[in-house]
Amino acid sequence: MSPWVLRGLRDGVVTTRWPGRPDPYADTWRGPATVLEHHPAQGAEGAEGAEGAGAGEAAALAASTALAALAALCPAGAIGAAPGRGVAVDLGRCVLCGRCVIRRPDVFGWSPGSASAALTRAGLVVPAAETEQGLAAVRAGLAARARALRRSVHLRHVDAGSDGSEEQEIAALLNPVYDIGRLGIFFTASPRHADVLLVTGAGAHGMAEPLRRTYEGMPDPKLVIAVGTDAVSGGLLGGAAEGGSGSGSYATSGGVGTLVPVDVWLPGSPPPPFAILHALLLALGGLPARPEPEGGRP
Amino acid sequence: MTARAGSAAADVAASWSALSAQVAAGRRFAGLMGTQRGDALVLSAHLAGPGGVTTTDVALPAGAGGYPALTPVLGAAFWYERELHDLFGIVPEGHPRLEPLILPQPAAHGPLPRLGDHDTVPAPIWPDEHSVPRHVLGPGLFTIPHGPVRSGVVESIEYLVETPGEDIPHLNMRLFYKHRGIEKRFEQLPAADGVLLAERTEGVASVAHALAFCHAAERIAGTGDVPWPAALVRVLHAELERLTAHLDVATRLADAAGLAVAAARFGVHKERVARLVGRMCGSRFGRGVVVPGGVSALPLVGPVDLLAEVGRMERAVTADARVLMGTASFIDRLRGTGPLRAERAREHGALGPVGKASGFSDDARATRPYDAYTALGLGAPREHGSGDALERLRLRFDEVHQSFHLLRQAADELGDASDGPLAARCEIGSGRAVGWAEAPQGEVLYDLLVRDGQIVRCRPRSPSFHNLVLFHEVFAGDILTDFPFIEASFGLSVAGVAL
Repeated sequence: MSPWVLRGLRDGVVTTRWPGRPDPYADTWRGPATVLEHHPAQGAEGAEGAEGAGAGEAAALAASTALAALAALCPAGAIGAAPGRGVAVDLGRCVLCGRCVIRRPDVFGWSPGSASAALTRAGLVVPAAETEQGLAAVRAGLAARARALRRSVHLRHVDAGSDGSEEQEIAALLNPVYDIGRLGIFFTASPRHADVLLVTGAGAHGMAEPLRRTYEGMPDPKLVIAVGTDAVSGGLLGGAAEGGSGSGSYATSGGVGTLVPVDVWLPGSPPPPFAILHALLLALGGLPARPEPEGGRP
Repeated sequence: MTARAGSAAADVAASWSALSAQVAAGRRFAGLMGTQRGDALVLSAHLAGPGGVTTTDVALPAGAGGYPALTPVLGAAFWYERELHDLFGIVPEGHPRLEPLILPQPAAHGPLPRLGDHDTVPAPIWPDEHSVPRHVLGPGLFTIPHGPVRSGVVESIEYLVETPGEDIPHLNMRLFYKHRGIEKRFEQLPAADGVLLAERTEGVASVAHALAFCHAAERIAGTGDVPWPAALVRVLHAELERLTAHLDVATRLADAAGLAVAAARFGVHKERVARLVGRMCGSRFGRGVVVPGGVSALPLVGPVDLLAEVGRMERAVTADARVLMGTASFIDRLRGTGPLRAERAREHGALGPVGKASGFSDDARATRPYDAYTALGLGAPREHGSGDALERLRLRFDEVHQSFHLLRQAADELGDASDGPLAARCEIGSGRAVGWAEAPQGEVLYDLLVRDGQIVRCRPRSPSFHNLVLFHEVFAGDILTDFPFIEASFGLSVAGVAL
């Protein structure tokens, strides 16, 4: 008898039962850096207009200097201004270097847990500028497409210029610890059989055409998930942010958002397997205990 | 040709013969790169040997469109000169096959990246695959393209397999799909931020790239040795990265052979290492640990816990490795598959496990030691030589064993020495230096030029780039179904190839 039969039984069941049951490891990822709800840099801008004109100007100047100092902390250009609310962090640009959290723990902190993905690009900016109605419309549109895929979902992955780490974390979903087959999710080689496209990488120009052809080869309805900070915004490859948007470089597009229509945006450098699984379930409407505005799923 | 251009060409040719004489005398060709200085291009060749890496700079005259190629006298420069041609437009005259490699340009394109001229921000370039010729050698042959979007979750690359049906007489590779402009991006960063991009250059060797970058930066800053606890933490993360990479290769080989239980078990071992690294520093890839001058923090896992977990992993991995190497159906697929001849490995200076399995070993940890490797015992290397996929896997399991040994030593030492500063002073002003580190795939080399704290030129040379060209030579006698075994046994990363 092959020795592998007994070895396969040796460690019992190692597979997580998440999302049906909680898994402590799913909550250990520190996630992208974010701005704390209450922090000292908030007050400065609030003072504007409340005092006399001169004092207001001085306060505004002090606030903008303070803001520039905070923005300079981030090598990826993720820190910027939120109109009227002080400092903002674009989680989609965060490369998780932790510099802001180490230097200004009074303003910045991590966003722990695996629920890092968002349904819109703007949804990754904290504090949120997005309206609840806008998000509900996006959610309804996604749910309509995901409904047809409910029980058996096939994934196709395309690397559009990643550093290779995202591939490792996506491939980890196949190991017995995550075993996404138990959720009815499988990888497929052919785009013709694929329902969901996982795209990694900063959008290398050489992959633009193969990516487009893969997307077009997929039957409708189809969903696209941008996996990793590089795919969301270009990350460190996007060039310094001017005016808050990544401009790309001679070789990359500053994320894959301009190459394919992205439905779910997952930051992380790279995001761990549980965060990728969360993003998948978010796309498919398969997350338990998600606050549903219209009475939940059947 | 004017007299001046002629004498410049003679100077270059003389430098090349000096280089090839040194390689014949035992030094290893480690890379060739270009740096734009105004209108002139400077070519820099690196030679590695015991104790260090030497650099030969050859300045071409301003506006020169070509130079005598190095490849005819030193075959290992084959891809390096094609890359130079892509990135700078310079023609290595006499190069045997000057086709586009990492940036095939459309007929009409804007200025090239001009690496080293950090004021130039190049306009977008869209690679044109039609400028790459297709080769088909003879009657009855056809080409099977694998990629760039391949089956499975892998990086984008295209292999063009030319075959009459079963065996593989010729293989072509197209690397350009995921060229990301990393080298140009470095030039827009302050030296202190460079390590962040180095970590994201080749994900499976994040720690090794960070180390090689920091070694170069520390040489420029005159930092000297990093504090002892920092040197130990660096070794811990470098060896955990090696474990992850080698376990990944074992997983992929077992998967290719259809051994589902073996693939599952090695996948679980790999996940355990990733989780340990994540617990130690917050990143499953060890990112953010290595900083110029030392490390950012001590591991969040104490030395006692670390030793216990390393011990548990070692027992589990060793037992499974023994069973895998005793599984006849698996061994049969690897034995004699994808052999790399010893002479070719030596001529090319093949790096890491690929070189070692063919009897050519230049492990930077032993011959040019850095950080805590200067004091920790690596143990005597076992003799390897048959150069096939089986030997490469055997070599990797030997390295896994060695990594566990190093991890135990480093964790032990760290338990005794975790007081004191974790980073030495490292102010990166102006200067140029070369740094290296031994990644799981072989030596990573960084040539870094900094002016007033700003990166002017940074050239990462990953072992994947250096080794992948050997793919051209290892398919003799093999058939299509051997392909996944050969590819997995090389264990390379495309991200490091197409920077």
